Amino acid sequence: MVGRAMIEARSLTKRYGSTVAVDDLSFSVRPGRVTGFLGPNGAGKTTTMRMILGLDAPTQGSVTIGGRRYRDVRVPMHEVGALLDAKAVHGGRTAYAHLLSLAQSNGIGRRRVEEVLDLVGLQSVARRRVAGFSLGMGQRLGIAAALLGDPAVLMFDEPVNGLDPEGIVWVRNLMRSLASQGRTVFVSSHLMSEMALTADHLVVIGKGRLIADMTVEEVVRSSSQRSVLVRSPEAPRLAQLLRAAQASVVFEDTVTLTVSGLDNPAIGQLAAANGVVLYELTPQHASLEEAFMELTGSSTEFHGSSELAR
Amino acid sequence: MTVAAAAPATARPSGPTFLHVVRSEWTKLWSLRSTPLALLIATVLGVGLGAAISAATGSHYAHADLQTKLTWDPTSNSLDGLGIAQLAIVILGIVVVSGEYSSGAIRTTLTAVPHRARVLAAKALVYTAVALVLSEILAFVAFLLGQQIISGHAPDATLADPTVLRAVVGAGLYLAALALLGVAVGALLRHSAAAIASVVAILFVLPGIGQALPASWRHPIEKYWPTQAGNQVLQVYHDPNALRPWPGFLLLCLFVAVVLAIAFVLLERRDV
Repeated sequence: MVGRAMIEARSLTKRYGSTVAVDDLSFSVRPGRVTGFLGPNGAGKTTTMRMILGLDAPTQGSVTIGGRRYRDVRVPMHEVGALLDAKAVHGGRTAYAHLLSLAQSNGIGRRRVEEVLDLVGLQSVARRRVAGFSLGMGQRLGIAAALLGDPAVLMFDEPVNGLDPEGIVWVRNLMRSLASQGRTVFVSSHLMSEMALTADHLVVIGKGRLIADMTVEEVVRSSSQRSVLVRSPEAPRLAQLLRAAQASVVFEDTVTLTVSGLDNPAIGQLAAANGVVLYELTPQHASLEEAFMELTGSSTEFHGSSELAR
Repeated sequence: MTVAAAAPATARPSGPTFLHVVRSEWTKLWSLRSTPLALLIATVLGVGLGAAISAATGSHYAHADLQTKLTWDPTSNSLDGLGIAQLAIVILGIVVVSGEYSSGAIRTTLTAVPHRARVLAAKALVYTAVALVLSEILAFVAFLLGQQIISGHAPDATLADPTVLRAVVGAGLYLAALALLGVAVGALLRHSAAAIASVVAILFVLPGIGQALPASWRHPIEKYWPTQAGNQVLQVYHDPNALRPWPGFLLLCLFVAVVLAIAFVLLERRDV
């Protein structure tokens, strides 16, 4: 499973007229871990996933799964299961008929249809028409369809959209468990906090370009917004010393400072050299959310105005 | 948590061959309410209108003038309802394809079967076969019921006459060709409203405009207009200005084949 389960994008580019949706994007997605595909809305995540599945043709570059274009894959649903859009179902069909028609197209038996319905918890509504489904039920149906072929690669586009908290935890556990079975799991999201809980590795894009391809910890560590919380009875004197050493200092209260620009050892040494007593010296890691904002800050497609807030 | 059947109950899937896709399209066709509904409407219109027209013309025959008696065509009277039923059959053909685009289901379909030509071929085969079987049944039922109603009031027709038999069989073939045209136009235009408008224009509006033209223009247009030409296969009496029945039907089939071929080419090229 491992050998044929890698997604590899090489210089993937998609232009619509003069708009560049995906711009020279190269990355690979490995088996056995959850790879988060992260970016603000409009960053090109869905377009990239559609190109992986051969729904959209790249303007330039290529993307392969296990070395083959998706179109050349032998049994598509056995190799790749995809949830692109929970609404990509005809509302007039029952959940069972939808899954059955998909299963039949790839030579998958009826028993597997019952299994996946059971797995996603839709068996009680299987004979109901999809048009009456809630967004969350639609997501579960989409996930059932993705799992039908017992695929080596799973792709989910914003899978927790519309799910209740219980559903979100369920999807999170499902993805982790699929990855632990050695499958390739590629999940897009615009929510860093969600990815922090689910993903091992992140591919971050903004305006169609690759911003980062690294582990979750690396993203946090690479953030320049690291600061140190310092408590000292001589806070004002320490602040003077720190500022003289080019650090920026913010007073949280009379004995507490948030210092950025110097790391822990440097602050400790400075304090010792000047005989300042320290009560606390705690590195403050930027949250993943902050790291994400910093990474994508200049690449957000649509900027909201803060005018209304005033 | 045992997810995704760590030990899948089924063997490794074997698809998608063309036969798998055909089976899938069969399930899709019959799992929508629009299918039995449209086919029921075609049946009611085809058989019901045919019976009504047969009853009306048959009962008036005794009092009719000589001209009406000379051009008396009981076969045509009993099959007239199919001229309206064709709309239901062609529109269902359109919706079988365009419904996937409007619902977004086409993305799921083409992800499961990335070999796009196979999907369109299976759709075309399944729907045309269903339409052919139903249309032949409708043609024979409408004919037999119509003649039953006419007999006793006016001269009726019989299937023992080879020309009449050809017209009744031809009526079913003509409707099946239009069913395939619906699938092709639906795949080509992808929007239900645009596709339905186009097919109505092909079937009714453009031939109607032809009527307004001078005879020197009108005759070639009426003769070679694909649906007019194809219609000759269900006529018992041959109009000297029209193509012969089988060449006319062949022309319609060629037209459908060209539209379908363009749909195949565009399906491969366009993003979904």
